[in-house]
Amino acid sequence: MSDIQLSNNKKDRQFLNGVEQSDEELKQYNYLNLGPTHPATHGIFQNILKMDGEIIIDAQPTIGYIHRAFEKLAEHRPYYQVTPITDRLNYCSSPINNIGWHMTVEKLLNVKTPKKVDYMRVIIMELARIADHIVCNSVIAVDTGALTGFLYVFQWREKIYELYEQICGARLTTNIGRIGGFERDFTPDVYRRLDEFLKDFPKALKEFENMVMRNRIFMDRTINTGPISGERALEYGFTGPNLRAAGVDYDVRVMTPYSSYEDFDFIIPIGTQGDTYDRFCVREEEMWQSLSIIRQALDKMPKTNEFFADVPEFYLPPKDAVYNTMEGLIWHFKIVMGEVNVPKGQVYHCVEGGNGELGFYLVSDGGRQPFRLHFRRPCFIYYQAYPEMIKGALLSDAIITMSSMNVIAGELDA
Amino acid sequence: MVKVTEAPEMYTGEGYGLTRLEKIVGLARANSIWPLPFATSCCGIEFMATMGATYDLGRFGAERLSFSPRQADLLMVMGTISKKMGPVLKQVYIQMAEPKWVIAVGACASSGGIFDTYSVLQGIDKVIPVDVYVPGCPPPPEAILDGIIKIQELIKTESFRRRESDEYQKLLTSYGIE
Amino acid sequence: MSDKVENGLIESLLKEQFGDAIRSVEESYGMLDIVVKREKIIEIITWLRDSSLMNFNFLTSLCGMHFPDNKGEELGVVYHMHSFANNKRIRLHILFSISDPHVPTVTGLYRTANWMEREAFDFFGIKFTGHPDLRRILNMEDMQYHPLLKQYPLEDGTRTDKEDKYFGR
Repeated sequence: MSDIQLSNNKKDRQFLNGVEQSDEELKQYNYLNLGPTHPATHGIFQNILKMDGEIIIDAQPTIGYIHRAFEKLAEHRPYYQVTPITDRLNYCSSPINNIGWHMTVEKLLNVKTPKKVDYMRVIIMELARIADHIVCNSVIAVDTGALTGFLYVFQWREKIYELYEQICGARLTTNIGRIGGFERDFTPDVYRRLDEFLKDFPKALKEFENMVMRNRIFMDRTINTGPISGERALEYGFTGPNLRAAGVDYDVRVMTPYSSYEDFDFIIPIGTQGDTYDRFCVREEEMWQSLSIIRQALDKMPKTNEFFADVPEFYLPPKDAVYNTMEGLIWHFKIVMGEVNVPKGQVYHCVEGGNGELGFYLVSDGGRQPFRLHFRRPCFIYYQAYPEMIKGALLSDAIITMSSMNVIAGELDA
Repeated sequence: MVKVTEAPEMYTGEGYGLTRLEKIVGLARANSIWPLPFATSCCGIEFMATMGATYDLGRFGAERLSFSPRQADLLMVMGTISKKMGPVLKQVYIQMAEPKWVIAVGACASSGGIFDTYSVLQGIDKVIPVDVYVPGCPPPPEAILDGIIKIQELIKTESFRRRESDEYQKLLTSYGIE
Repeated sequence: MSDKVENGLIESLLKEQFGDAIRSVEESYGMLDIVVKREKIIEIITWLRDSSLMNFNFLTSLCGMHFPDNKGEELGVVYHMHSFANNKRIRLHILFSISDPHVPTVTGLYRTANWMEREAFDFFGIKFTGHPDLRRILNMEDMQYHPLLKQYPLEDGTRTDKEDKYFGR
C-alpha cells in the first residue's frame, strides 16, 4: 500500500473548488465525502472535505440535489398559484414566505392593507419564526448529543400547527392569507389557543434553556466553533440571526419596517464572536422577543372587522355577491381562473425570514403571470461561507456549525 | 394481561400452537421495522412530527431509525427527488439487504407533485420499485401512519419465496438493478 | 453619515461622475432603477461601494434576465445594492446581446457574488470573466442547455406519465 499508483488520466484527478489537487496532496490528505444522504446534515447537500486526520483543511460544497426550478415554475403560473411555491422555500416557517409574496404583489398593485390585517400578519409571522427557531436550536442540541431538549420543545410545534390549522386549514405548507389580507377573521378559538400558547410555551422554553444554555458540555462544544467576523459576514452577504450573531445589527423589520412592525417594541439580540454559541443564543433570545411581539399585537389588535383590503382584482368577492350580482360573478371567475392582469413594473420587497432577508424581485410585463420572479434566498447566500467557517476545525465541529447555520435545503436550492 | 399484537391463526392446544413459519416470521418482521428516513424536503418535517410524541411512530415498532442502508428494512422516501438525486437514491436502495420495502411519502415522491419541471424526477418509481404510496402535500402524520400500517400488512402476508421468484427478479431487472 | 441621501442626489452624482455610461434612470416603487453600460459596471459599483457618501456596502442580490423580444440586448444582469448607513437601496441593470454573454465579475468587490454569478451562469449562460470557479451550481454538471431561457419549456420533454393535452399545453 506504500506506492499508490495515481493515474495520469485528468478526469480521475481530484478537483476541489476548481483547483486541481496535486499528487502529494492526494497521498497525504484524506478526502471524505459528507455525502448528500447523511443523518447529521439536515437536508441534502454534499460536502467533500479535505482532511488531515481529523482537522479539516478545505471543503467543497455541492448543492442542487433538490433543485425544483421555482423561478422557472413561477413564470408559468398565475399570481395566486405562486403562493404554494413560496411555501416550499423555507418550509419550517412557510407563513413568512407566503406573506412576503403577498406583500410583494400588494406593493406592485399599490394596495394599503388595514391595521388589523397587519397585526394578524405579524402574529402569524412571529409564530412561524418561533417554529423555525425551535427546530434550529433543538437540532443544534441534538447534534451535540442532547436529544432530550428536542423532544421537550418539539411538542410545541404541534401546538403552532394546530393554530395554523384553525386559521388556514394546513399544518406545514400553509398557503396562508390572500393578496390583500385574509379570507376569514381569526375565530375566538384562535385567540384562545394563542393565549394558551403564550401562557405555556415560556415554561417549556425556559426548561430547554436551563438544560442546554449554561451546560458546561454544550458550551465547550459550541464556543469558538465556526466563527466568522462581522466584516467577513457582511462581505459574504449574511443576513438574519447568523449576521446578528457576528455583531451587526441588521434586521429588516427595523431597517425597512413592513406590516406595521414599527408599532411594536422589541430588541434585536446581537452576539460578539459569530460562533455557534452566539448563533444559538441569538435565536433563543429572538424567540423570547417574538413572544413579546405576539403579546403586544394581541393587546393592540383593532376591534374592527376589516380583515382584508379592497383589492377586487385579487380578493374573492363574498358568495352572495357572486350569486346575485354580475360583477361578483365575473370577478370570481377571473380570479379563480387566474386571468387577472397586473400593472407593468418591477418591484423588490424583502421580509425578515427565519434565516434572514428573504427578498422577492418581481418583474411584471402586464400579463397574468410574472415575467421574472427571483427569490433572494438567505440560505443560498450564506452557505457560501461554510468552507471558510470550518477551516481548521474538527469534523464534529463542522457538523455543529452546519446545523447552527440553519440551512434548509428547500431554500438553498429552490 | 397486556395484548401486544394479534396472534396469527393457529391450531392451539395445551402449551403449543401450530401454524406456518411464514406467519410467525411475518408477524415478527412487521412489528419491528427499522426504517431509513430518506428525508429530503417538507415531508421530512412531517416525518419528524410523526416520530414525535403526539403521533408516535415508535408504538408500531419503528422506534429505531437506521441511517445506514445495510441495517434498514424500510426505505421511506420523503420529499422531492430531483434528477441529480436519482442515482444516489438508487445506490442507497441497492445497498439495502433483502427483504426490503419502499414507501413513497408525499406527492413529490409518488409522482413529482406540483413540480412538473425539467429537474424533478416525476416519481421515484422511475428508479426504484415502490410498495406503498402515501399521497398528500405534505401528508398529515395520520396518513404516514396509515402508510406504515399498509406496509405492515404487506410484510405480514409476504411469502418466503417471493424474493427469489422470477417475477421479483424481472421487476428488479426492469429497473436495471441486478 | 445619516443625513438623507435622496434618490435625486444619487442620480445627479452618478450622472456627473459617469456621464453617458448611465443609460437611463427611473424610480419605481421608491427604488432607483438605473440602466448602465456593461463596460463601466465594475467602475460604477466600485464607486458606489467606496464613496463615503453613497456607502453601498452590501450586495443584496444578483440575478440574470432574459428578454427574448429585445433583439440585440436579450440578456441582462440585475444588481440590487443596499447601503446600511443611509438605509437606501438601488437597482442596477446591464443589458447585452445573447451572442456575446460576457460580463466582468464582481466577486472581487463582494464575496457574496460568487454563488450568485454561478447561478446566473447555470440558468442563463452568462459568462462572468474573472470568476474563480464558474461552473453549474444547481443543475447537473453535464446539462447541455441553460434552462431559464424563455425558449425552453418548463416541463421535461421526456416524461412519459403525463399527457400534455390534459394539462392544456
